[in-house]
Amino acid sequence: MPSALSLTDISAAYSGKRALDSVTFMISRGERAAIVGPNGAGKSTLFKVIVGLMPHLTGDVMVHGHSHHAGDCPSIGYVPQREEVDWNFPVTVMDVALMGRVKEIGWLRRPAKSDREAAREALAQVGLTDLASRPIGDLSGGQQQRVFIARALTQRADVLLLDEPFGGVDVEAQSAIFGILDDLRQRNVTVLISTHDLEMATTRFDRLLLLNRTLYADGPADSALTPERLAAAYGGRLTFWRDGQPMTVTADDCCP
Amino acid sequence: MFLFEPLQYSFMLRGLAAAAMVGVVCAVIGSFVVLRGMAFFGDALAHAILPGVAVAYLVGGSSGPLFWGAMAAAVATALGIGAITRGGRLREDTAIGVIFAGAFALGIALISAIRSYSVDLAHILFGNILAITNYDLLLIGGFGLLVLIAIAALYKELVVISFDPIHAATLRLPAEPLRYLLLVLVAVTVVVSLQTIGAGLMTAMIITPAATASLLARRLSRMILIAAVIGAASGVVGLYISYYVSVASGAAIVLVATACFIAVWASVQIRQRRRA
Repeated sequence: MPSALSLTDISAAYSGKRALDSVTFMISRGERAAIVGPNGAGKSTLFKVIVGLMPHLTGDVMVHGHSHHAGDCPSIGYVPQREEVDWNFPVTVMDVALMGRVKEIGWLRRPAKSDREAAREALAQVGLTDLASRPIGDLSGGQQQRVFIARALTQRADVLLLDEPFGGVDVEAQSAIFGILDDLRQRNVTVLISTHDLEMATTRFDRLLLLNRTLYADGPADSALTPERLAAAYGGRLTFWRDGQPMTVTADDCCP
Repeated sequence: MFLFEPLQYSFMLRGLAAAAMVGVVCAVIGSFVVLRGMAFFGDALAHAILPGVAVAYLVGGSSGPLFWGAMAAAVATALGIGAITRGGRLREDTAIGVIFAGAFALGIALISAIRSYSVDLAHILFGNILAITNYDLLLIGGFGLLVLIAIAALYKELVVISFDPIHAATLRLPAEPLRYLLLVLVAVTVVVSLQTIGAGLMTAMIITPAATASLLARRLSRMILIAAVIGAASGVVGLYISYYVSVASGAAIVLVATACFIAVWASVQIRQRRRA
């Protein structure tokens, strides 16, 4: 069986500057993986390449064995970074959930009853039924993330990308999101998250990818991040918590 | 009577019809312009059609095919700006600034070669609503309707590419063609409104009613509806004011729309302060 998401030798550049360099990894169906790395490591760029919004110079992206450029490629759900959304945009929670079905509804058609039903169901799954008719900007950060997850559900995406979903979200909202991700795992939805929270990445994911333009580590969450790899990726001093113990990493070559 | 007196003149009737139609079309496309932050693009386009108008003048005189010249220039400029801003080598506003000023200069150069330079230029810049003919009304109505139909037909797709382009990419919507379509629709709107409002005040007619509506509505469909009502009302009320106070009609229309905006903005501020 082909893996849910596979990237082979992906390189990409922003106006001549290399942002990704020969990135290769595979994620199996139902796996929950986190991409970690410093700011500007190319995490968002990588997501944009995966969804086909940004061209890549080399390599291939395959989703369930289909090239992501092909028309029959299964669609990918995407939860944008908070900063990328205009929260004053006049849409309701229900409107956003329905956006997952725009393609299925088809050109020149309006959402049918079944589409609204699907959107309501998705909102129920993420616990937002009561807020369906509220403007998206009225919701809290955690609730907004859940609206976008609902949109991916109505899209019937079985690969879900979340770009820094925990920025500006409190602990309670975080665990609500993880609760939903646990449900998704039951349904074999593959989840790839970018985060700069190393502690969370090591404790709550199956798989870790350490990125800074290129991959510095790829493996099970509890063993992928060795001090050497972290030092190489972050290129400086870095402290994070592991098993309740502070762990400090110092790079040999200071400073970036 | 006060309200009916101007209606005995057929040029006023035609003017009122044009003002109302232009108000609606500008407001509807303007809602997307406001949400996508394309205000500068609209302004640029309104000025960049000048060379097209000038060439049409040179070819056919003041009764010549101005509309079609403007249309050709507007669509060409829209596509040109679209292409230049695509690669991302130049910032969008920089690219627009370059094209807009260059085209505007070319237009002025061409028009200044004509004898009746100042009168004609004034009409292009500030409109000439009372000279609107039945044929003009037909063009305004036809092309205005075309813009409205295109937006209604592609509404949900246009909303998605405006709200979340990355999601649009995951759905494999043809985002680039849709973006170009929106630019062309703005171009058509500008040309449709040229004689009514003039190139110089065009942006106001596109931006102001939509901006006012955005303060009042929390759903896009409602925002568009409110914007259309404000746009049409500003057109009609503005023309009446210009009839009685004898000020330039384009300016009067825009001032009514601006007054609407200020009133709504102030009342929203006061309401927020009371709540806080």
